[in-house]
Amino acid sequence: MEEDSADPYLPYDGGGDTIPLQEISRRGSNYAMSNGGGAAGGVSSSTHLLDLLEEPIPGVGTYDDFHTIDWVREKCKDRERHRKINSKKKESAWEFTKSLYDAWSGWLVVTLTGLASGALAGLIDIAADWMNDLKEGVCLSAMWFNHEQCCWGSNETTFAERDKCPQWKTWAELILGQAEGPGSYIMNYFMYTYWALAFAFLAVCLVKVFAPYACGSGIPEIKTILSGFIIRGYLGKWTLMIKTITLVLAVASGLSLGKEGPLVHVACCCGNIFSYLFPKYSKNEAKKREVLSAASAAGVSVAFGAPIGGVLFSLEEVSYYFPLKTLWRSFFAALVAAFVLRSINPFGNSRLVLFYVEYHTPWYLFELFPFILLGVFGGLWGAFFIRANIAWCRRRKSTRFGKYPVLEVITVAAITAIVAFPNPYTRQNTSELIKELFTDCGPLESSQLCQYRSQMNGSQAYPEGSDAAATPGVYSAMWQLSLALIFKIVMTIFTFGLKVPSGLFIPSMAIGAIAGRIVGIAVEQLAYYHHDWFLFKEWCEVGADCITPGLYAMVGAAACLGGVTRMTVSLVVIVFELTGGLEYIVPLMAAVMTSKWVGDAFGREGIYEAHIRLNGYPFLDAKEEFTHTTLAREVMRPRRNDSPLAVLTQDDLTLGELQAIINETSYNGFPVIVSKESQRLVGFALRRDITIAIENARRKQEGIVLNSRVYFTQHAPTLPADSPRPLKLRSILDMSPFTVTDHTPMEIVVDIFRKLGLRQCLVTHNGRLLGIITKKDILRHMAQMANQDPESIMFN
Amino acid sequence: LVLALAVSLVLALTPANSEDIRCKCICPPYKEIEGQIYNQNVSLKDCNCLHVVEPMPVEGKDVEAYCLRCECKYEERSSGTIKGTIIIYLSVLGLLLLYMVYLTLLEPILKRRLFGHSQLIQNDDDVGDQQPFANAHDVLSRSRSRPNVLNKVEHAQQRWRRQVQEQRKSVFDRHVVLS
Repeated sequence: MEEDSADPYLPYDGGGDTIPLQEISRRGSNYAMSNGGGAAGGVSSSTHLLDLLEEPIPGVGTYDDFHTIDWVREKCKDRERHRKINSKKKESAWEFTKSLYDAWSGWLVVTLTGLASGALAGLIDIAADWMNDLKEGVCLSAMWFNHEQCCWGSNETTFAERDKCPQWKTWAELILGQAEGPGSYIMNYFMYTYWALAFAFLAVCLVKVFAPYACGSGIPEIKTILSGFIIRGYLGKWTLMIKTITLVLAVASGLSLGKEGPLVHVACCCGNIFSYLFPKYSKNEAKKREVLSAASAAGVSVAFGAPIGGVLFSLEEVSYYFPLKTLWRSFFAALVAAFVLRSINPFGNSRLVLFYVEYHTPWYLFELFPFILLGVFGGLWGAFFIRANIAWCRRRKSTRFGKYPVLEVITVAAITAIVAFPNPYTRQNTSELIKELFTDCGPLESSQLCQYRSQMNGSQAYPEGSDAAATPGVYSAMWQLSLALIFKIVMTIFTFGLKVPSGLFIPSMAIGAIAGRIVGIAVEQLAYYHHDWFLFKEWCEVGADCITPGLYAMVGAAACLGGVTRMTVSLVVIVFELTGGLEYIVPLMAAVMTSKWVGDAFGREGIYEAHIRLNGYPFLDAKEEFTHTTLAREVMRPRRNDSPLAVLTQDDLTLGELQAIINETSYNGFPVIVSKESQRLVGFALRRDITIAIENARRKQEGIVLNSRVYFTQHAPTLPADSPRPLKLRSILDMSPFTVTDHTPMEIVVDIFRKLGLRQCLVTHNGRLLGIITKKDILRHMAQMANQDPESIMFN
Repeated sequence: LVLALAVSLVLALTPANSEDIRCKCICPPYKEIEGQIYNQNVSLKDCNCLHVVEPMPVEGKDVEAYCLRCECKYEERSSGTIKGTIIIYLSVLGLLLLYMVYLTLLEPILKRRLFGHSQLIQNDDDVGDQQPFANAHDVLSRSRSRPNVLNKVEHAQQRWRRQVQEQRKSVFDRHVVLS
């Protein structure tokens, strides 16, 4: 009972008070919470023994697919279970061990999830790197090495050409026998496109045949699941396996997508699968979602090598209810996953991700202006991307474009491969591109971006060492980078949402990094050629490198990612854990805040909320505010012209009438009232529970016919002697449904739904039942108030 | 999944191959000497410019200036892990491809030969039962046990096929989820 008072879910204890009521036809009333599962409310009365003798009906308390769970009921079930275990704790050593096991099972689940996520992330990283380089060539001495690993031990690498070694053969060398020349270029081009198409085709076929739920990013659906929605099979074994395998294929095919969103999905699948080993989590949907929150933190942690960023991402973006206990467990899961990934050591240099930067040059105040400019670019690009991507996805959803998913994937992969090959910046792996852009030019770098004319022969004004004037090498690199930027911006719009696992983080960071690097080089050249301007003379000493273009790339990447997902704290923490640059928090924050403000000016939703709205999931966003002044009676059903509310009376119905009501309507639940004259509320019964109880009664009890009376009271009503045996359905009745009066403002109603996680709420007027408000009604009302299409809310 | 987990953990703990460590020194251009990269198979304590850069391209007093500009890093990898991971991945991929070919191409042909055309149509009609009590049947029938193992496997496979078909309908045909 200790956790009840500190529980942030509910401000009050969920049951146990006896409220006597003057009733004519009911005896021995008690308002205990009868949950599905039949556990008694723990209140002593003369009828308590009879309750205990009734077995719980199997199947009552479970949920249908594409329905929302009842958070209050699940929390009460969990507290019941905890009470039972605690009360038995003192009896024997075995019971004590069981209670210890119960308390520690949470930590065990979270540890297993972290281990599995780390292992799978290592597998995905190694396999994706290898398959990516398979498009280029093969390592003859050891077929399982990618390009970098193949040339790892060789001594033939030179300073200028760091990745040439004789063990690595391109396809042109293998097939044609020559490495240079137009013929081999064409052959390389052809093989690159062929492999890209083969991987993409395999990926989409596997997804279509084995696990259609494995496509897409997964984060919008996981957000909805964590808010209480049920999608059966979304976090299952087959989805896990197919998502892992096809993610590698999709990344290797050169499509403009990333691995981070799908890795969160993979981690949540692991969490779900492990939670089935422990009855504490498998039987209770609310507790399962705590594990899923921790699992998603582990997923981001292995994607970026950022454990703290992962926890904050789970808190800010993915989770709906996040009690403090989950915070500690998420952190633990993220750490375990990061540790496992590190010990697998996929990249051979003990770093978790490729982008670790090590420069510590300071930044100057005047540089805030280009950083803010990058923030504006990030916000604008984010708004543009969200609009364009949602428009394209809506097209795919409603027109004939969506009928040919396999063809669509192959077309997009073909276009990507054909356009990407000539440009060396788009041909390489996107993660390697980001790393190259983040790395600052020092004396040890030899990439084309770093070819500056060195002034070693010294002209008068600048002593030696100021080697900052750009050669044609840098200019051609900038041209290629601009083309790469345009290409990536266009292709990502069509790639996100394909029927293969696709993530969004790496392409956005690449776009931002390219833009940032271009701006950085431009500012550097400006500082060099106009070193006598006031700004530069004040802060930049002549001859020293005062501008680091790599930092601009980092800030640009953060700005673009923030503009598209509208993350705030978690993004800053992820980026500085990724790069290790603690000195650069202020520029990062400036850019991220600017991009969020600019993006919010065009639309309040990030990409994930926009996809949730596109799919019509019943997600009540905690970040939106409801500011209208409508009352509950304007939103409730039935409206003025509708048919009256479908209710059940507590002991008047026969089985035939009950089945007729269920068959003729499609409501998910029915309020139970005392009688049609008084309309006073007794409780609420769910359709699924009623049908399961009737089936069970038909099978187990004899003499139940269509004329049998159905009663929800504690004792059967008085019936004539020859009537068939009555059916008692009290155990499935929820006796404490939430009610509001018809004059309650909708702000309070929306708040209640959000904070308690309700599915429906009954509306009373002067104590009598008037109508019902469901979550779907609220979402429709909010959409109507925002002038959007209310019919797009599809699920309950 | 458990198998993959166990194998990968075992591989991660295998002792490192002696060829899997190296010390990499990058030396930028110095006077007339152009930039060079030196790799050597030495341990952590010997990973510095004097031990790795051989033959030293400069003489006497210049050695210190040259070595100051060089940067030496110690790196370690596990080729056994990489090999094991790639082999596991390719084998799982191969098995899935074979199963996919079997499901899409071979099974209809086999079924048609054994049972005739009519059986095939009847199987497809069972999917998508819309009665309100259908779910109740599912929930309660799970408690019944089938004695035969092969029957169990067949039953599980049928249920899985039905689930995948439902998923495919939601995602690809009706575009209800994941569009």
